[in-house]
Amino acid sequence: MSTAAVVTGLGITAPNGLGTEDFWKATLAGESGIGPVTRFDATQYPSRIAGEVPGFVAEDHISSRLMPQTDHMTRLALTAAGWALQDAGIDPAEHAEYGIGVVTSASGGAVEFGQRELENLWSKGKEYVSAYQSFAWFYAVNTGQISIRHKLRGPSNVLLTEQAGGIDALGQARRCVRKGTPVMVSGGVDAAICPWGWVPQIAYGLMSTVNDPERAYLPFAADASGYVPGEGGAILVVEDAAAARGRGAARIYGEIAGYAATLDPAPGGARPPALGRAIANAVADAGLVPADIDVVFADASGVPALDRAEAAALAEVFGPGAVPVTAPKAGTGRLLAGGAALDTATALLSLRDGVIPPTAQVAAADPEHRIDLVTGDAREAPLRNALVVARGHGGFNAALVVRRAA
Amino acid sequence: MTTQITVTLADLTRMLRESAGEEEGVDLDGDVLNTTFIDLGYDSLALLQVIGLIQREYGITIPDDAVADAETPGALLALVNASGATTD
Repeated sequence: MSTAAVVTGLGITAPNGLGTEDFWKATLAGESGIGPVTRFDATQYPSRIAGEVPGFVAEDHISSRLMPQTDHMTRLALTAAGWALQDAGIDPAEHAEYGIGVVTSASGGAVEFGQRELENLWSKGKEYVSAYQSFAWFYAVNTGQISIRHKLRGPSNVLLTEQAGGIDALGQARRCVRKGTPVMVSGGVDAAICPWGWVPQIAYGLMSTVNDPERAYLPFAADASGYVPGEGGAILVVEDAAAARGRGAARIYGEIAGYAATLDPAPGGARPPALGRAIANAVADAGLVPADIDVVFADASGVPALDRAEAAALAEVFGPGAVPVTAPKAGTGRLLAGGAALDTATALLSLRDGVIPPTAQVAAADPEHRIDLVTGDAREAPLRNALVVARGHGGFNAALVVRRAA
Repeated sequence: MTTQITVTLADLTRMLRESAGEEEGVDLDGDVLNTTFIDLGYDSLALLQVIGLIQREYGITIPDDAVADAETPGALLALVNASGATTD
């Protein structure tokens, strides 16, 4: 029997709530944090809507020493990580020197910081480029800054699987726990609401150009038109279950019971799409059968063809309409490398309270998808196992099963 | 008319705060002239950052070795003020 990896702490920075309880309250009420872009002047771009974290005053959370060397993304990540450790009741100084590691997900790195320094380079000259650009933009920067701030010297990594990364990071955290690191700080926080973060997403052609915050991102709806990007995410403290009980952890949100990742075939490839296999493998990895899953937190692309593919994968594993499906991210936008981590945190809160949050803004699923999409009001239900699904551009699929603490 | 530039400790601490922040528990307004940058909470990147700012503000060139050679604010100021920097 492998060591069980459980989640003992959460830290959330999301467009519809700064802090776990604000986020959870808004999410249960189906409140959206999506609105016009304010972080940069988006008026010249075809997509002008985003989910921005409200009320975040960086100086309230980040020391003056760290301010010049951190991007908005890293400041959000450091804030979430501090909250997660606090929530878990962990003081790293009381743990073994190599007993706590960090693994987070990233997408493009700190593009807002990077863009500013590139602008300094070409408009003013190299003397004006921050020395901190050397690492502040880097994919591993959230992992590194969390590690340095809290003196966490255990195994540390960063994973880039685009928007599937939050789950892959948690899968890696579980692996590290099983290999003997008692505590892992994991998850993902991202923020790319700047021209450099915007343009590549426009090029993919999947962003919504419906510039109405209430209609731009409607996953599984008949009038779905693509997705809206958001910023934020979640950091989770993943811990060896025995170690957590041994130190008298205040709460155990749930167990990371099953994890699997697959890659889709290249365009035109002969293999079938692999999302269903990731879902089935994660359920099997948890020692469960599909009927044991009580709720699915969908990837919920919002791109009609991708919504159809996910609905088909769910039908392939569970049967049509056989399991409640929800997509609270319809109220946050897609948080890039932070999205799947936030969905996992949301699933754990769902298990804790026995309630499925609705898919914000969506009135009803397109009947063609044949899924039981939770819309309108939150749905109370006895919940034991939740499945989280995530996909990343480029063929990444990942699925995670979280189980309520016994 | 050309004037010799003198960078003071007050100038330096202002630029340190601006470019690299201030470590908690450190008082840059205290007697820090001969305290090492390490003890003040600044690493080599912080020094690189502040040296960049000094160069831009005063239009002078400071050799790259300064980051390694100047271990204290006093040593850095001596190096900067000995660079013969002038302004028009």
